[in-house]
Amino acid sequence: MSEAKTDLVDVQIDGVWHRFPKGTRMIEACRQAGVEVPHYCYHPKLTSPGNCRMCLVEMGLPPRPAPGAEAPEPDEDGHLPISWMPRPVIACANTVGPNMGIRTTGPLTEECRKGVMEFLLANHPLDCPICDQAGECSLQEFSVEHGKGESRFREQKVKKPKNVDVGPRIRLDDERCIMCSRCIRFTDEIADDPVLGFTDRGSHTVLTVYPGRELANNYSLNTVDICPVGALTSNDFRFQMRVWFMRETHTIDTNCATGCNITVFSRQNKIYRITPRQNNEVNSDWMPDSHRLNYHWIESEARLTDPLVKEGGHHRIADWSEALATAADRLSSLKGGEIAVIASARMTNEELLLVKRLAKQLKAGHLDTVARTGEADGYLISSDRNPNTNGAKLILGLENPGSGIAAIQRGIEEGRIKGLLVLQENIVDEAGFSPELLGKLDFLLSTYPIANATADASHLVLPGACWAEKSGTMINATGRLQRLNKAVDAPGQTFEPWEIVRDLIQATGGGNGVHAVTDIFKQLTAEVEAFAGLTWGQIGDLGLPLLETDVTIPLLEREKQRIASGLIVG
Amino acid sequence: MSLAVPTALEKEIDDRITHYPVSKRSAVLPVLHLLQHQFGHITEEAIEWTAAKLELEPIKVLEVVTFYPGFRQEAPGKYHIRVCRTLSCAMAGSYELMDSLCEKTGIDRSGVTHHHPIAVSPDGKYSIEFAECLASCGFGPVCMVNDDFHEKVSDADSLLSQYSK
Repeated sequence: MSEAKTDLVDVQIDGVWHRFPKGTRMIEACRQAGVEVPHYCYHPKLTSPGNCRMCLVEMGLPPRPAPGAEAPEPDEDGHLPISWMPRPVIACANTVGPNMGIRTTGPLTEECRKGVMEFLLANHPLDCPICDQAGECSLQEFSVEHGKGESRFREQKVKKPKNVDVGPRIRLDDERCIMCSRCIRFTDEIADDPVLGFTDRGSHTVLTVYPGRELANNYSLNTVDICPVGALTSNDFRFQMRVWFMRETHTIDTNCATGCNITVFSRQNKIYRITPRQNNEVNSDWMPDSHRLNYHWIESEARLTDPLVKEGGHHRIADWSEALATAADRLSSLKGGEIAVIASARMTNEELLLVKRLAKQLKAGHLDTVARTGEADGYLISSDRNPNTNGAKLILGLENPGSGIAAIQRGIEEGRIKGLLVLQENIVDEAGFSPELLGKLDFLLSTYPIANATADASHLVLPGACWAEKSGTMINATGRLQRLNKAVDAPGQTFEPWEIVRDLIQATGGGNGVHAVTDIFKQLTAEVEAFAGLTWGQIGDLGLPLLETDVTIPLLEREKQRIASGLIVG
Repeated sequence: MSLAVPTALEKEIDDRITHYPVSKRSAVLPVLHLLQHQFGHITEEAIEWTAAKLELEPIKVLEVVTFYPGFRQEAPGKYHIRVCRTLSCAMAGSYELMDSLCEKTGIDRSGVTHHHPIAVSPDGKYSIEFAECLASCGFGPVCMVNDDFHEKVSDADSLLSQYSK
């Protein structure tokens, strides 16, 4: 206790005394005290070069008396008087000290901010009406608070390169750039791909990609997120939608087991953009481009929108009651041991709990999920490309998901398995089932968001919603329980997979009182030990640790080292 | 394409790098000066050679090269003329000297910018740029041709005639 106390220093911020650990950056101390200091170049996950000068504040320390003079007396709370320095200091790169005073208001800081804003805007093109950053631009925001009403600049603005192709996914407008260097530091420090730099420094400073190279690494779009202005824009998103019209949904990425926290931006049921959402236990502030851009298929023409029943070798559209009756009828003619269920580790914990019940009710002889692996990239992408393998292990009781697939294939080949339920998987393309093999089955039911080879071979096809159209929970590679939140409505007659499985349970026998995904979560807390005592609300936006695994996320490990060595705040 | 650096020069560069024990990056200026002196200008190959030598990313070297107008990215002529334009020389007629030299050598300076200050004659024999004070303010206008220093240059023809080969 006493040791911890010695590490704390008293700091007065805008007249109020606080205590912070020694070494805290002034800007972070202000943030923790609820005082915002405007800034452009500072980013807690990057080093602080202190080059934008927007965070200038007034700083003071106790007066140092001349030799022989009387030392200042502390007041009744033990604080010494503060003698203010005549010049401002940057809050992003200086740290707090004992009895320090910080003033973020007052004539000096206001004059500084006005001056910095005027310089930054002197050569800025002011093309906000056609700029993608408009609405989420720090220049705009601070102009409102600290800018002048009109420009005193009468000279010609400096002309710089516009619409520069800096990489396959990013465009650069050098005239909008305020030279904060966040993108340069990101590519240097986090993406390990230092291709950006400032050339022709001076009044013509330009952000440049080294000739012959490009900003093409799989984390490049994070530079667009951290660009405080409209200099770097995403080819995928530019000119698609004004940011203020979009709805933000906090959810998680399902492209791999890391489960990057994301925000889905949508308007009128269409997704326009996905950005990483800060979670220091999962993805820090970043996400891979390949995952971020993997959403266009959701709008595909090939989406399944109605249940399909196969008759005479062709699929025809059916309604749900007919589809469910068909399933019940066909399944009732099979014996339990003749039925196998292949679920997906892309399904939520809630869906998997119902899958387990369905398999039990049908007395299915086999239950497994499809393993999906790739190469880990040493940053955020996990080698496990399923988002909820840990959920499948925990809830379905699978020790090694995917290991039972070969047995199911043999069972079909040998005629022991006659009915197969494939839930949210395409086993022809992703698990090595041939259409010929599936042709041996008496009954094949599959659910999936999009038309695929397994659906082609199925007697009954049910359209199941994709990750952006459903809610639930998943457990990532590190054992963290996270919430998936529905961002858009599924097209046509598509149902969320948990609704489909619930209806199949009802149609094949048992009724149950599940009306919402949160009901299933409650049942999980009662039935699965690890979930005991949890509530839906508790999981929140950032999730919570649920299981012990020895998996770590390489990018986070490196970030922890940088924080420990004092390079970044974190 | 890699840069063919003579062994003696590389030895000199290696020696110069040892003067900066804390960070090799600090040696980027002296290395570039030595390379420009040898090759006349800094090519892309020179930037990459320097980057590899100092274990830097090429962009970090390019940043330095583009900051200093003294580092040339374009090849100069056989004879590179630097005309002083600081106050004393300007008053003594260095701008007129520049115009006259350009006229006699056929150099077009219309494309010159702060970061690309050099213009070259069509035959590639001469190149020219303005320089800041060459430290002979009592004897303006002064100029340098390669490493030769000339004071009170009043006649462009007689200057150029010394470098006609």
